[in-house]
Amino acid sequence: MPGYSDPGFDTLALHAGAVPDPATGARAVPIHLSTSFVFESSDHAASLFNLERPGHVYSRISNPTNAVLEQRVAALEGGVGAIAVASGQAALHLAICTLMGAGSHIVASTALYGGSQNLLHYTLARFGISTTFVKPGDLDGWRAAVRPETRLFFGETVGNPGLDVLDIPAVSQIAHEAGVPLLVDSTLTSPWLIKPFEHGADLVYHSATKFLSGHGTVIGGVVVDGGSFDWEGPRTAGRFAELTAPYEGFHGMVFSEESTVGAFLLRARREGLRDFGACMSPHTAWLILQGIETLPLRMERHMRNTQRVVECLAAHPFVARVGHPMLESHPSHALAQRLLPRGAGSVFSFDLKGSRAQGKAFIESLKVFSHLANVGDCRSLVIHPASTTHFRMGDEALAQAGISQGTIRLSIGLEDADDLIDDLKRALKAAEKAGA
Amino acid sequence: MQVTVHGAATYCYTGGKSFDAARPTAVLIHGVLNDHSVWGFQSRHLAHHGWNVLAVDLPGHGRSGGDAPESVEQAADGILALLRTLDVERAALIGHSWGSLIALESAARLGTAATHLALVGTAYPMKVSPALIEAALHDPEKALRMVNVFSRSGLASPSGGGFWTFGAGMALGRRVLRSNPQVNVFHRGFVACDRYAGAEAAIAALACPVLFALGQADQMTPPRAAQGLIAAARARGLHVAVEMLPAGHSQMTEAPEETLAALRGFLST
Repeated sequence: MPGYSDPGFDTLALHAGAVPDPATGARAVPIHLSTSFVFESSDHAASLFNLERPGHVYSRISNPTNAVLEQRVAALEGGVGAIAVASGQAALHLAICTLMGAGSHIVASTALYGGSQNLLHYTLARFGISTTFVKPGDLDGWRAAVRPETRLFFGETVGNPGLDVLDIPAVSQIAHEAGVPLLVDSTLTSPWLIKPFEHGADLVYHSATKFLSGHGTVIGGVVVDGGSFDWEGPRTAGRFAELTAPYEGFHGMVFSEESTVGAFLLRARREGLRDFGACMSPHTAWLILQGIETLPLRMERHMRNTQRVVECLAAHPFVARVGHPMLESHPSHALAQRLLPRGAGSVFSFDLKGSRAQGKAFIESLKVFSHLANVGDCRSLVIHPASTTHFRMGDEALAQAGISQGTIRLSIGLEDADDLIDDLKRALKAAEKAGA
Repeated sequence: MQVTVHGAATYCYTGGKSFDAARPTAVLIHGVLNDHSVWGFQSRHLAHHGWNVLAVDLPGHGRSGGDAPESVEQAADGILALLRTLDVERAALIGHSWGSLIALESAARLGTAATHLALVGTAYPMKVSPALIEAALHDPEKALRMVNVFSRSGLASPSGGGFWTFGAGMALGRRVLRSNPQVNVFHRGFVACDRYAGAEAAIAALACPVLFALGQADQMTPPRAAQGLIAAARARGLHVAVEMLPAGHSQMTEAPEETLAALRGFLST
């Protein structure tokens, strides 16, 4: 049994990375709203800039409040460290741009958040980084997509919004055989449902805006390094010069020599935060820390409510399909049982039997669910992906992501489950009437 | 840099500065299932403040080839051979945990050629529980977790860079274990600690000042387990300094500033 010396998840969610403030005794993590930090001496200043001593210089690079958040997320994920950034998209961008430049290639799942798909398909292509998309369950497809210039595999723990479960053990094995790391977006599951490092992933990121924060108040992202990938191993030799060769942009530092297990984080912070600058406000970090303190309690309730709602919808005559892996009808059901025994998340989609107009009537009849573009809030949310989050995608890409014109996405919150079910039933009745 | 010692490549991190035998040399020696990177906040600073740093990966560990040492004495052979290869005539020896015993043995053999000896997280005898030795052999992941749990003093790291010390320790241990497919260096290192019986003789042969830098909350090598060595060094008439660090057994990462300050102050004597 975990004790103080070997704390469990709930204890880490409250304590990891933090001690009572030595200056004031404050028990809650202080918000260090300071752009910069005073040097003790000229020698101290030079040592901090040269990475000879630990400490904070400028809050774009690091900040004491952000450092607590970074340690806490790293602790919950089982990683070696983390970097807090301005958004989930900034986390994805930082991970990619730390590892590669123009001419590089990514193999990614088709089941991605629309913004991620957009970044890979259109925006990074403009900068010379190309992506091959493969269905998350097509293991031969992952293998066949590898090229000599491939630098990264990328997928979501559960794809948004179809909830295709990524077979992290199998995909990471293929990635490692190809000499590249696997990056996983774990936003929809949080470390309470799955710790991707335990299954073979090498890098994890979150849109901390969602479950980690949990209250729909701030935008933020966190990228975590598992410290497991050998950037200069026999299969990777020369492939990740960004980490293994002298970097003239930082005193000729060879990051993999400086830190055997933290090379990625060193470069991501020293180059990525310094030059791209997508840093997180300490106030945002504090709000996300507040959220994380109750993450275990919230996730448990999210999953309990989700089970009630899924069961209700699956039995409803006006519902054509419910896409949640807890149902045996879902293609990822068996995989979810193996990798996600606590549940596959509280964000899922379903299809009405009616027309698109009836779908519109459904959404507009909901009272408890809020119609907006977010997930992972403590409040229940609803959206029509094809016309909003995934609107840039063509029909073929939509189909590959498991989305039709009639698909509705729900994010189940923490309200009384009975109230959520009443709200959904009432709206389903209104949708039926709208088709009469 | 890589140096060929006893026919095998030996890696030494030089702190971001080129090796220069004209400067005073400090050899930093890691403990069981660690490598040079555990000294990150001390080695880089020393290298940029006048010292010629050789933070080694012990043979068969990390980036170094060769046979993983089966004993403290064998490991000390390697350190002395490294210094001979690089034509280093005098050196300060700094070691952590198992590395502290290797530093002690090396300094004893160097005699007056050892300028300083710093023992971080040391104990003698450095007995390892049979259960832990057994686990290191048959269930290294379990043993690694035990060691990292015992090594930390709290749940926050002062690194400033968002590193989670416990996770970094776990990942480094796995990496070093994986680096040697022929030998379980976890088990071999623990056995070497457990069997070392040469500290009294080594102390008697020392001719340099000695620093004991001990973690106040160290459960692996608790401060009381170093008292015999401290008394022996004092009885030998050596200059002895004792620094208590606000840390467990991961002194260099849990108390990087205090560890550095202790080393800097001692090396300036």
